[in-house]
Amino acid sequence: MPLSEYIIMRELNHPDINQFAVYRRVGGWETYAAALREQTPAALVQQVKDSGLRGRGGAGFPTGVKWGFLPKGVYPRYLLCNCDESEPGTFNNHQIIDRNPHQVIEGVALSAYAIECHTAYIYMRGEFASAALLLEQAIAEAYAAGFLGKNILGTGYDLDIYIHRGAGAYICGEETALMESLEGKLGQPRLKPPFPAVEGLYGKPTIINNVETLANVPRIIEKGVAWYRSHGTEKSPGTKCFSISGHVNRPGNYELPFGVPLRELIESPEYAGGMRGGRPVKIIIPGGASAPWLTAKHLDTPLDYEGVAAAGSMLGSGAVIVLDDSVKAPHVAYKMDEFFKHESCGKCTPCREGTHWLVKVLHRMAEEGHGEANDIPTLHSIYRQMEGNCFCLLGESAVMPIKSALELFPEEFEAIVKG
Amino acid sequence: MTTSSPAGTTLQTKTQSSDDNRLKLLEATMKRHQHRPDALIEVLHKAQELYGYLTPELLISVAQRLHLPPSRVYGVATFYHFFSLVPPGEHNCTICLGTACYVKGAAAILGELEQQLGLQAGQTSADGKISLLAARCLGACGIAPAVVLDGQVIGHAIPDELQTRVAELLK
Repeated sequence: MPLSEYIIMRELNHPDINQFAVYRRVGGWETYAAALREQTPAALVQQVKDSGLRGRGGAGFPTGVKWGFLPKGVYPRYLLCNCDESEPGTFNNHQIIDRNPHQVIEGVALSAYAIECHTAYIYMRGEFASAALLLEQAIAEAYAAGFLGKNILGTGYDLDIYIHRGAGAYICGEETALMESLEGKLGQPRLKPPFPAVEGLYGKPTIINNVETLANVPRIIEKGVAWYRSHGTEKSPGTKCFSISGHVNRPGNYELPFGVPLRELIESPEYAGGMRGGRPVKIIIPGGASAPWLTAKHLDTPLDYEGVAAAGSMLGSGAVIVLDDSVKAPHVAYKMDEFFKHESCGKCTPCREGTHWLVKVLHRMAEEGHGEANDIPTLHSIYRQMEGNCFCLLGESAVMPIKSALELFPEEFEAIVKG
Repeated sequence: MTTSSPAGTTLQTKTQSSDDNRLKLLEATMKRHQHRPDALIEVLHKAQELYGYLTPELLISVAQRLHLPPSRVYGVATFYHFFSLVPPGEHNCTICLGTACYVKGAAAILGELEQQLGLQAGQTSADGKISLLAARCLGACGIAPAVVLDGQVIGHAIPDELQTRVAELLK
C-alpha cells in the first residue's frame, strides 16, 4: 500500500511543492523558523537522535550519533550536503531536488542550526547542471524571504549556503574525497582517522550527510519523533526512496516505509509492476553496484538495513537493480567492475591494479568468450588481494560483483573455461 | 613560474581576438572567488563553458591567476571526467553504459552508432561535426536505456529512431 502522507516525495501529496509559495503554504520553512526562535541546537540534535534517522547515502549510520561526534567548543564547523549521487542504479537525490527542492534547503538550514554551523555547502554531481540551477534558485528565494543570511529572523543566527559543482568523478561521493574536491583538489580520499567530524573541510569539524537524510530533518522536527517512528521498523525508522531499475515493468523511485518485502517493491502494480515479459528474477542488487548480489530466493527479505544485511547484502543507497534470466553473470560482473576500474582514483595499489586485472580477465572471458584453465583461481586471487586492503570503499565495492558472481553462478564461469 | 605576471598575457597572444570578451568573463568569475586556489574547479567549469575545452594556454593562465602550480591545475583538469583538453564536436551524443542501461540494450545502441558514424566511443569525427561518448552511469536508470543528444536526455532510446535523429543532425 502506498503511503498516505509522504515524508520526502511530497509532490505526490502537493503537486506544485517545488514552487516556493506552495512549499510555504503547506508549512514549509515554519519548522525552521520556530526552531530558531524556540529550540536550542542541543534539543534538535537530541530529537534527531531519538528519531533513529539513519544516513541514506549508503552506510546507514545514525545521523544524530554522527552529529554528536563534533568536538565541543571547536568552531567554525561546516555542514556538507552530499549530492554527488553517482552509484550506478541510484537516482533518487536528483528527483528529490527536481520535485521538492525547498525541503532539501530547509533540511540543510535546520541541520546547520542544530550543529551550530554558519556555512553549509551542497556538493552537486557535475552532471546535475539543471538540478544545481534549481537549488541556486531555491536558495535565492530562501535568502529573499529572510531564512538565510545574517541575523536570521532577528534571532542573531547567521547562515550561508553555497552550491559547489563536482566535475565527473564517482569517488567524490566518498566523504573525504568530497572534501578534497571542495578544496579544489583531486578527489582522492584522505586517511581516517581523523574523522571528518573532528578534522574535515579546511581541517575543521565537518558533518557530511546525504540529500535524502537532510530532507528528513524538517519533517522529524515538525511532526515529532513518535510520528516519525510510526513508519518503518524499530531499528530502521522512517521511509526510504527506493530507486528500482533493470528488467522491471515500472522502473522509478518509490518511497516506502522500511521493512516492506523486496517482493512487494518488485511485483506490486503500485511499484515496479513485476518483471518485464514475466521472465524469472535471476539477480537482485539491492543497494547500488557496491552491494553483494541476492537471488530469487531472497524475494521475501524485508527492505531495511538489518533485513538486507541478514540476507548477506546491504541496503546501501536503496538502489535496487533487478535482472532477469537473459543476463549472464560473468558479463554483469564485467560491466560493473569496468565501472569501478574507470572510476578508481589511482591512489592505492590494490584498487588501481586490482580493478585493472579483474577487468582484463573478465573482458576476455565475458566479451570474447575465451577462458583459460587458471582463470577462476586467478579471479579469486585478485579480489582476495583487494578485499580489506583498499584505501577506501571504492576498491572494496569492486570486489562485490565478481565475488558474488563466482559464488552464486560458478557454473557460468566454468562453462567459459571449458569452452 | 612567477605568479605576479599580468592577467592572461599568454592567452591574449594565442587565443584571444580583439572582440573576444571571454577572458574578461573568466576573470570576473575568478574575481568573484577572490582568486582563491580552492575555487579551481569552479573556475575550470567556467573556462570550459566559455571556450568549449581547456587549452594548455588557458590552464597556465588559470594557474597564474589562482597562484597555483600548473601541475596542480593540469592534475585537476585531467582527473575529472567532465573536463576536456581536446575540442568537442559541434554535436555530441552520449550513450549511458551503466548497469540498468546496459541490460536494456545500450551496448547495441552504441555499436550501431559506432558503425553509422565510423567512430569509436570517445572519438570526434574528422570534420569536427560530432563526438560520440560513453558514460558510466548518468543516474537516469529509471528511463533506461538513456542517451543524451546535444544536452537533451532521451529516455527509453530506440536504436533506429536515434540513428535517424543523428543522421538529421549531420545533414
